[in-house]
Amino acid sequence: MILPWIVAILFIGGVLAWVAGRLGPQWPRWVSMIVLLIHLALLVAIWAQYFGQLTLSSRGPWLIEFNQPWIPQVGISFYLAMDGLSLLLLLLTNLLGIMGVLTSWNAIKERVGFFHFHLLWILSGVVGVFLALDLFLFYFFWEMMLVPLYFLIALWGHENRIYAAIKFFIFTQASGLLMLLGIIGLYFIHGQSTGVYTFNYNQLLGTPLPASTALWLMLGFFVAFAVKIPVVPLHPWLPDAHTEAPTAGSVDLAGLLLKVGAYGMIRFLVPLFPQAAFSFAPVAMVLGIAGILYGAALAFAQTDLKRLIAYTSISHMGFVLLGIFAWNELALQGAVIIMLAHGLSTGALFILVGDIQERIHTRELGRMGGMWSTMPGMGTAGMFFALASLGLPGLANFVGEFLVLLGVYQVNVAAAAVATIGFVLATVYALWMMQRVFFGPNREGWKLPDVNAREATIYAVLMFFVLVLGIYPQPVLTTAKHGLDNVQRYVARELDGAPPFDSSAARLRSDNDHANPPSSDHRSRP
Amino acid sequence: MLQLLWLVPALPFAGFVLLALSGRRLPDRWVPFIGVGSVGLSLLAAVLVATSFLAAPPPGYAYSQTLWTWMSVGSFTPGITLYLDALSLVMVVVVTFVGFFIHLYSAEFMAGGEGYGRFFAYMNLFVGSMLTLVLASNLLLLYLGWEGVGLCSYLLIGFWYQDSYNGYAARKAFVVTRVGDAALAIGLFLIFNSLGTLEIQDLMRRAAQQWAPGSALALSAAALLLVGALGKSAQLPLQTWLPDAMAGPTPVSALIHAATMVTAGVYLIARTNVLFALAPAVQLAVAVIGAVTLLLAGFSALTQWDIKRVLAYSTISQIGYMFLALGVGAWTAAIFHFMTHAFFKSLLFLAAGVVIMSLDEEHDMFKMGGLRRSLPLAFWTFLVGAASLSALPLVTAGGYSKESILYQAWAGQAGSPWLWAVGIAGAFLTGMYSFRMVFLTFFGEMKQQPSKKPSIDIGIPLVVLAALSIAGGYIDLPRTLGNLPILSSFLQNTLPPTVIAQPAIDTELVLGVIAGVVPLIGIYFAYLLFFQRRPAYADGPTRVARGGPLYRLWFAGWGFDWLYDRLIVRPFVWAARADKDDVIDSVYDGITRLNVVFNNLLSGTESGRVRWYAAGIALGAVVVIAIGVFA
Repeated sequence: MILPWIVAILFIGGVLAWVAGRLGPQWPRWVSMIVLLIHLALLVAIWAQYFGQLTLSSRGPWLIEFNQPWIPQVGISFYLAMDGLSLLLLLLTNLLGIMGVLTSWNAIKERVGFFHFHLLWILSGVVGVFLALDLFLFYFFWEMMLVPLYFLIALWGHENRIYAAIKFFIFTQASGLLMLLGIIGLYFIHGQSTGVYTFNYNQLLGTPLPASTALWLMLGFFVAFAVKIPVVPLHPWLPDAHTEAPTAGSVDLAGLLLKVGAYGMIRFLVPLFPQAAFSFAPVAMVLGIAGILYGAALAFAQTDLKRLIAYTSISHMGFVLLGIFAWNELALQGAVIIMLAHGLSTGALFILVGDIQERIHTRELGRMGGMWSTMPGMGTAGMFFALASLGLPGLANFVGEFLVLLGVYQVNVAAAAVATIGFVLATVYALWMMQRVFFGPNREGWKLPDVNAREATIYAVLMFFVLVLGIYPQPVLTTAKHGLDNVQRYVARELDGAPPFDSSAARLRSDNDHANPPSSDHRSRP
Repeated sequence: MLQLLWLVPALPFAGFVLLALSGRRLPDRWVPFIGVGSVGLSLLAAVLVATSFLAAPPPGYAYSQTLWTWMSVGSFTPGITLYLDALSLVMVVVVTFVGFFIHLYSAEFMAGGEGYGRFFAYMNLFVGSMLTLVLASNLLLLYLGWEGVGLCSYLLIGFWYQDSYNGYAARKAFVVTRVGDAALAIGLFLIFNSLGTLEIQDLMRRAAQQWAPGSALALSAAALLLVGALGKSAQLPLQTWLPDAMAGPTPVSALIHAATMVTAGVYLIARTNVLFALAPAVQLAVAVIGAVTLLLAGFSALTQWDIKRVLAYSTISQIGYMFLALGVGAWTAAIFHFMTHAFFKSLLFLAAGVVIMSLDEEHDMFKMGGLRRSLPLAFWTFLVGAASLSALPLVTAGGYSKESILYQAWAGQAGSPWLWAVGIAGAFLTGMYSFRMVFLTFFGEMKQQPSKKPSIDIGIPLVVLAALSIAGGYIDLPRTLGNLPILSSFLQNTLPPTVIAQPAIDTELVLGVIAGVVPLIGIYFAYLLFFQRRPAYADGPTRVARGGPLYRLWFAGWGFDWLYDRLIVRPFVWAARADKDDVIDSVYDGITRLNVVFNNLLSGTESGRVRWYAAGIALGAVVVIAIGVFA
């Protein structure tokens, strides 16, 4: 029964926060905070309890399951399950939720209760997405997180918020419908061939599909996930939504909503349509590389600080896409680490922009400069997360990007080599950002208060996790492995007999068995 | 005592953390205790480790210490593991030793300025990163140190952040070296993918077993590592960042040039020497790049008016000698020259710093002059440094190390008279530009009175480094002069021995004499031109504008900046800015507009005029009937 509660706590907490808003503006903040801390305690307890079992091979694919019929007539059930992968993403969701509440503490002054209602409902939807294993339920949560976020942008956003909110809504809604088509198509094909009409993930796995049908259904899922990640050229909603959203909204967008796309690919897209996914992989990898380079180049060109960071997200998530479609242990682990690292570091950068905007009431780079002298603490935080963003070894993003590229190299040398240019471009935009904001002459003569205790706490917590993930990512890798092993093993079984995705990689591996023991090979049998 | 090894890099890191966490709350007078103290303790630890290593060498002449496993994914299990052998021992001792004296100097030199604590935090991080780099047991940890020194160079070059030019120079250093780093990263992918490990000792063993000499894999691996080394060591064609790196405070330049950063590339190649031996074409490229770089940089050094820029070009040139040595397989000579270079180059920077400080931040040598009497300590130490840089025979450390390189460039396994000739030409240039500095700065008429005198904290490092710039050479005496190669034989526990094609003592003697005399000729030319001022050649910086095209080309560092600016920087910036509003977004905007247009068209039909509606109904009916009849 713990899993429904993990979703429900946030759901109920949101309502409570709304009601508490009638008592005064402080109440919803504290209610949300307490709810999130309870939620965190639950997650940490689960992690601690199951950590020892993660590596046991006897353990099944799920750490915890919850399955209740919901609408049995059409095969819909309330099926939640958790493995190592979803556990990590839940922890990230919670942490960024707490940061979102903290960063909104003084920034949100209107309809505070309603704001926190939306904030917690977004989290609740995201948590649901990470746990749902019934495709109908998954779609339900997928849409559920959309609506509160729409309102968050439209009601508490900046100047151009209505435009951005509508754009965001149309992109995600339209692409979500394509996924719905994919889900329904899969449902009927499975039903017709087996006589069992169900949305249950475990049962839908391995549905025999003609290649062309599989490709179309897969593309439906791909578009929905690709919009969220976002994959170039489906990204234009993101800079607007990020820029116009209130800080907490940007943090949730960058930290969580972008991750559900990547999560969906790992959990649903590739396992449900392995052959189609692998035949599509070259295209996806090219799109990933395009995202890395295009996002980085455009980030450099921006004059709005928040927009700049939004474009860096596109660049970082390009590595994730690349890693997922390389589909070997190194690349997948790398993708997971980037998902976490990007959530932390980019989330932190959005918080930083929010704090700066609160002080100087603009996000224009042209009006910044020389702010290190007046805010050294803020500058230090900015430098730290800019360095994380450019992939400095010792910080979290590096571990992820390096693993992804190492894995991609085994599949496609050229892809890895071109993607590595992203390292250089990331340096260009990150240092350019630091220069424009904190260094150079203080032209406008800013005299600003440095970070206060609340802000310092946020930065310190995020810095801590970015650093730990950078120098000792092992607990996270071990946890992620639990989830990744299962999808990989499953996909390997499905692909057996299918033509190998890339023959050069296969040759390299057989030459060097010591380099890649069978466990790291996605084509081997368990 | 070997177990103390982890303290060597950990102490500077601890100093960094302490200084960074305390921020501005720490009073300035406490800063040096942490900042200098941490590196001092690190030096102490290094000395203890070195003595116990020498007293009782561990089995296999190497000691390794695993702190923890960094990450473990499948068979990819790089550890945070330190590895001490003869090569890393020499590096560690030199880095901590020179680093400590630069820190001591900085305690006085940087005092009173803004960001005193920040300065030492960065400096400690710099030393810590460099020590991680040289002690790393696997290439991934080496890469961490590698990027760490790149970061610190960025932070320190841009230390005076309010000047936008400093920020530009800092970014340039980081971005240009990161181009090399990207190549190095690809090299790591390649090595792991085909050899299955990033452990340096293991991968060299496996490479020797699995890769045929000259095979494509060996060539690409070595070439990628080489590009990485070119970036960090400021060799052609990635040398452009180093002259601009002079924007940082002078002790930073000393640290970058002597102890950390630019020598990283030399270390990397020496460390992975097996890979280069398996790729003879790449190793030849190392030698050729080194030779060309040392010559080009020598010419550029000859034309600069900024004393620090002369030193910067001289570093590029001297690292070129080290690359030349690596390329001809003179592994130990390269490390020997690294060591003597660390002494005299840090000395030159620190002495130049005294001059610059006492003339109120004056960098222009043509505005200096006659400082011999008023700044005697700076003069004598600078003179020693310049003599060692010019490789004066017998009496200077630089003389021994450069002589060793030049001899092996001729007689070594991959040596050739051509490489030797370039090296000799470089030696002539070195003598000339070194003493151009000496004559312009310390001789002639005095143009500006020094306002400050150095204190004892500054004096001690100068004297110690000057002593080593002379005596440091006696640690490795060639066959022709006592035949006592202590350093070389120690290093050959790790590095492959130098193979001499025709070990004739006469050749060595003749070559030694030539290598000894040529710098003197260079110095004599400098004497004619800049002391006696024979031609009206050295009037001042105005001369550069009026000077011939070749002179201007040299002054501008052979136009590499210009070329890169036109070829890469401007097109990128132009393209990025042109697409600032994202052309892809306009596609969707187009769809939106199309919708609006159709909406207007269709709304237009709702005109409220019955005649039109009736006509529409009639027309529609006709069309439907037509379809029904004809289809």
